[in-house]
Amino acid sequence: MAELVYNEEGRLLFTKEMKQEYTLLMPMMLPVHFTMLKHVMELHGYKVELLTTNHRGIVDEGLKYVHNDTCYPALLVIGQLIDAIKSGKYDPHKVALLITQTGGGCRASNYIHLLRKALHRAGYDYIPVVSVNLSGLEKNPGFSLDFTMIRQLAYSMIYGDLIVWMANQCRPYEIIEGETDLRIDKWVNRLTAEFKQKGSFKTSHIRNNFNLIADDFASIPVKRVPKVKVGIVGEIYVKFAPLGNNNLEEFLLSEGCEPVVPGLTDFIIFKCDNRVVDHQLYGGKFATFVGAGFLKWYCMKLQKYMIEAVKRYPEFRAPCTFEHLKKLVKGYLGYGNKMGEGWLLTAEMLELIDSGVNNIVCTQPFGCLPNHVVGKGMVRKIKDNLPQANIVCIDYDPGATRINQENRIKLMLANARRNELGLVAAGAEEIETEMDDGAEAEMACSSCKSCNTCS
Amino acid sequence: MRIGIDIGSTTVKVVLIDNNDNIIFRSYERHMSKVREKAAEMLEQLRDKLSGEQVQVAVTGSAGLGVSKAAGLEFVQEVFATAGAVERFYPRTDVVIELGGEDAKIIFLTGGLEERMNGSCAGGTGAFIDQMATLLNVTPDELNLLSEKSEKLYSIASRCGVFAKTDIQPLLNQGARKEDIAASIFQAVVNQTISGLAQGREIKGNVLFLGGPLHFLSGLRKRFVETLKLGTEEAIFPDNADVFVAIGAALYAGNTNPLEFDEVMQRIRSASEQKNLTQTLPPLFKSREEYEQFVERHNRHKPPFVDADNYTGDAYLGIDAGSTTTKLVLITPEGGLLYTFYDSNGGNPVGVVLEQLKEIYRRFGGRVTIKGSAATGYGEDLIKNAFNIDLGLVETVAHYKAAAHFNPDVDFIIDIGGQDMKCFKIRNGVIDSILLNEACSSGCGSFIETFAKALGYTIADFAKLGLFAEKPVDLGSRCTVFMNSSVKQAQKEGAGVDDISAGLSISIVKNAIYKVIRASSPSELGRNIVVQGGTFLNDAVLRSFELELGIEVTRPTIAGIMGAYGAALAAKALKKEKSSLLTMEELDKFQHTAKSAKCGLCGNNCQLTVNTFSGGRRYISGNRCERPLGKGEHTGLPNLMKWKYEYLRSLQGGDNLRGRIGIPMVLNMFENLPFWYTFFTKLGFEVVLSPESSRALYAYGQHTIPSDTVCYPAKLVHGHILKLIDMGVDAIFYPCLPYNFNEKKGDNHYNCPVVAYYPELINANVNELKKVRYLIPYFGLHRPRDFAKKAAAYFNENFGIPAGEVKAAARAAFNAYNAYLRMLREKGDQIIQNSRKNGNKIIVLAGRPYHCDPEINHGIDSLITSFGLSVITEDAIAYKQPKFNVKVLNQWTYHSRLYSAAEYIKSQPDMELVQLVSFGCGIDAITTDEVRSILESGNKIYTQLKIDEINNLGAVRIRIRSLLAAVEARESSEADTSTV
Repeated sequence: MAELVYNEEGRLLFTKEMKQEYTLLMPMMLPVHFTMLKHVMELHGYKVELLTTNHRGIVDEGLKYVHNDTCYPALLVIGQLIDAIKSGKYDPHKVALLITQTGGGCRASNYIHLLRKALHRAGYDYIPVVSVNLSGLEKNPGFSLDFTMIRQLAYSMIYGDLIVWMANQCRPYEIIEGETDLRIDKWVNRLTAEFKQKGSFKTSHIRNNFNLIADDFASIPVKRVPKVKVGIVGEIYVKFAPLGNNNLEEFLLSEGCEPVVPGLTDFIIFKCDNRVVDHQLYGGKFATFVGAGFLKWYCMKLQKYMIEAVKRYPEFRAPCTFEHLKKLVKGYLGYGNKMGEGWLLTAEMLELIDSGVNNIVCTQPFGCLPNHVVGKGMVRKIKDNLPQANIVCIDYDPGATRINQENRIKLMLANARRNELGLVAAGAEEIETEMDDGAEAEMACSSCKSCNTCS
Repeated sequence: MRIGIDIGSTTVKVVLIDNNDNIIFRSYERHMSKVREKAAEMLEQLRDKLSGEQVQVAVTGSAGLGVSKAAGLEFVQEVFATAGAVERFYPRTDVVIELGGEDAKIIFLTGGLEERMNGSCAGGTGAFIDQMATLLNVTPDELNLLSEKSEKLYSIASRCGVFAKTDIQPLLNQGARKEDIAASIFQAVVNQTISGLAQGREIKGNVLFLGGPLHFLSGLRKRFVETLKLGTEEAIFPDNADVFVAIGAALYAGNTNPLEFDEVMQRIRSASEQKNLTQTLPPLFKSREEYEQFVERHNRHKPPFVDADNYTGDAYLGIDAGSTTTKLVLITPEGGLLYTFYDSNGGNPVGVVLEQLKEIYRRFGGRVTIKGSAATGYGEDLIKNAFNIDLGLVETVAHYKAAAHFNPDVDFIIDIGGQDMKCFKIRNGVIDSILLNEACSSGCGSFIETFAKALGYTIADFAKLGLFAEKPVDLGSRCTVFMNSSVKQAQKEGAGVDDISAGLSISIVKNAIYKVIRASSPSELGRNIVVQGGTFLNDAVLRSFELELGIEVTRPTIAGIMGAYGAALAAKALKKEKSSLLTMEELDKFQHTAKSAKCGLCGNNCQLTVNTFSGGRRYISGNRCERPLGKGEHTGLPNLMKWKYEYLRSLQGGDNLRGRIGIPMVLNMFENLPFWYTFFTKLGFEVVLSPESSRALYAYGQHTIPSDTVCYPAKLVHGHILKLIDMGVDAIFYPCLPYNFNEKKGDNHYNCPVVAYYPELINANVNELKKVRYLIPYFGLHRPRDFAKKAAAYFNENFGIPAGEVKAAARAAFNAYNAYLRMLREKGDQIIQNSRKNGNKIIVLAGRPYHCDPEINHGIDSLITSFGLSVITEDAIAYKQPKFNVKVLNQWTYHSRLYSAAEYIKSQPDMELVQLVSFGCGIDAITTDEVRSILESGNKIYTQLKIDEINNLGAVRIRIRSLLAAVEARESSEADTSTV
């Protein structure tokens, strides 16, 4: 049994022995990306459990141990971890918790401290918390991000983006239900297994993989009926995590829409860009400037290859480059606006509209500070400049009910259908018939009375 | 034939229209939470007309989705339906305002179609009006009649019902006229619609008003018309405003497939039989026996029996003039009850007490001597003055005295009343930490009552229903507005009234435990918990509390009158020979008039209520300081916050060589103004400050606020910017500063995201800025040399000023800022020294620099000095504390100061810290817990004051007095132990 070791500040460390004995519990955010993260960590000898739990108990645990006015993602992430510890599935003396730390000016940087406070209150002081960050905060002897692993994690994010990007454009139209998800599983496993091989980091290899992924998803048999496309932007956790946004993507699919979710790559480049911009605005160490600049350049190169891979299939919408996003947001926000999702959030809305996706759900935790400015604060100007914009802002928190959220989204969708029925007159009938099919299915059901499956 | 069914949160509306869109049938009824049954019942009335015919049906409304799904009928989103009907019947409409039970909507039709619904935190609707009517003890119709006789308007917070109640209650207790309050309530709804919904778009042109409340309440209509300055032509109130959305649904139904009417009926009926709940909780009691044991256990805690009809001897009177209720007891020296009274004060606490005192004299006159009397609660001062009561004591102390009487070892007390929730820990016989409910979850007790009434039950019956509910609904644990929509969801899913009743009780308890107390286990609270307050007389609430904590607690049988009981015990402790209470003769001649007046002795312009009683006694309320009470000038006690504000406001002017620069006096300008003032005057600009903040200034900019959940200090920015534009400056300078000065006390030195980027939000939302140069460069004041360079480039580009001049100005600016800090600290030290010399206690009023704005702090600083305390601010002492470790990421400069100040005062016996927290400040969710734990580690009492646009100081007064009482008690117990 591993000994509990503390550093001089009294922080419980994750030791080398723990790496052998302990399971690292990791909260879920992006299902595809995080599954790859888990695989990568396993390659490096960690035992990792990705928490896929999604039930009310998580919120309750969060409410118990986290200040209720703290932002909803903190409450959920911490609730999910504590719920897992208490679930009986793991030996609490043999788990450690994994959490990411960014260090930005948003209160989200405090998650790790709030988690420790929560553990203390729940009587789990003996459970180590491991910070995953690139800023060199909180080192642990049993956990290190070496360069190989950082690269693998970064590639996982970009691969993940491409997979999700393609999959989102297949799933609503697939002829054989479930086909898209099968391909996702295949690629997640294949790509992480590949990391063991030599040469998997070569840019040419990665570029080739991009093409193979695009090819594979493009080969899924689909029936492309016109559907309302709905962009999802927002605070990173509630934007991506189904637990955070009450299964928003699933809801949109059930409403006969195609969700369009801008990926994580831009966020990574954005974070590098922030350091470069900080240097330009306020001065500072030249080394940071160069380091961040290099990282940014490299990610942008990969992003370009990714876009090229998608562009070979004209029926698929391709992501845009980071530079294009940056250009779009000019006149709305300064590039120094970097807390939370910063100017990127506004840029993503603008890009969606620019590429014809006029309908947008802007998600945020209730009272999210940066989003006062970059989310809700920009909607008016966007609408003034781009009257076709159809944006709805949705707040998420433990007390907000799904019915209220869905009602508001439905309003946005009603507008979208009206606008787009006008725009795509040819597609109108098909949308109508599709909705009728749904109504028929329900009719059949309510007439038998005994079946509850469709309500 | 087309049928539209609109199922809202409280009502069902059914409309039948013919092929020419004529209305054949219409019906509007409350569904009392029986959504599907009611819909079926209303359709039944159409059977004769439609049986056997083909109809087209569409359902709409917030609770309509579930019904439409279950019955397989077409659903149309309600705003969409409304827009359709408006287009058909009132095509010249520019804006539609629709208020429903719990929804508020606004539709802009011309100039870019836009449809908005209230956010999850926006109450101000029909349910809000119902709740307010209950508070005034009138029906909504009577409220309407009252409003027509109003003479003036009070400002009542408009964001949600809870805040409004906090504003209204003290007005009632202070004797304000009901007529004025009624109109003010409607005005609050109007303000909410304009600020919460219109969010930056002006409401003008032809405005169509829809929905039940606007249809039935003429007073509300009047307030809308006056506030929006609409002409008679422009304000449209259609005849069918209450069922208008249903008409829209009926129009929409034209697109749906025709169905046999009987088929429709059959489908809705079968839908009404379904019951499937997603989130339910275990029942409160498994059996009757379990319940009886429970009741038996709690009934053991009662005062000694006394034969009231035959008792002769001494007695003590206690009055608890609470926010919604008045409680009164007369006890024997042993604590036996001679007389008790507990009832709603009906908005007139003086009248209620008068009646009760007469009753007491009638019943006990001659055989009982009242040797002492004491008053407590919200209306304490009023009652004390009105009836010449011997003693007034703060309610927390009264409650503790009563609790200790039943359980001398009590270490935790929780009191949930109609309006507020109080919890306090007792350590060594002293009230140790006080938790009052913050704005967002208050009003829980009366919330149940309002709900019960809305569903057609008395509170007692409603509570009983919950006791044996099989599947209590899980309603979450946030503020009551959210609970409303949770109930809506449960109704949609077909939950019964019993399940909702039990669910509400459980929610209230969860609110108390997780929101107010924030406990994670019962051991954290204490071992001897006493629960009290009227709400705990509700067995369902009590049971939920015990179940949630997993322990047994003490509920005295007199839980509802514990405050009064404690007051009576305190009256006894006075050991007086005879109470100064008014005699029967004096009571017979008793007269009371209340008049409102504006103080005008200073810039605060407090709204005063002057109560005059027979015998010439007067009581003035609504004041922030002592001046209107005729006690002459201010107490003269030093107030650093005031000094800071006055000093900063003096920094304007300068020669106009290069132009006039407007600076909005907002947010971080309260820290950085000395810097920018010097910078610009050195460069030859005249510095023009925006006017002082006020409610009117806030209202002036309200229409440009995009996010209604942002903090009040940020919302004020809009008004300041608009005023600066009006003042005709050459440019407005409001830089973006993500980084703050680095005081090297934390891990980083950020500003919060709102402070950092608000200039950009303003840029995107204030159209009027097109008229002026608006400069919002990014700068970093944390790197003086880089700043000088960047600023040189910027001002050269924008004003053609030579670089050397700018650099010199930058140097001078940094010097000026440092000089300001020095001055502030010296001033602080002076205050500390003087206070120590005179033996005054010092309150560190800690928050952010902008909390010194009197419109933001609502004069709390003056209020504190009126209690004989000196006030200093956190920035005057934070620097004295060397860097130390905190348990959170310490990365914001202003917040670092809070931690440092808290740590510092641990070693200062004559200092107490009071933290000001702006509602909606996300970062303070982190700082408050940390500041509390720092203070508690040093045996200091933590006091938090949440502030918003609310400008009533009643709750603040209670907290400050409780703090003082606790400090005093602690000191005297320390003195006791030291003398032993």
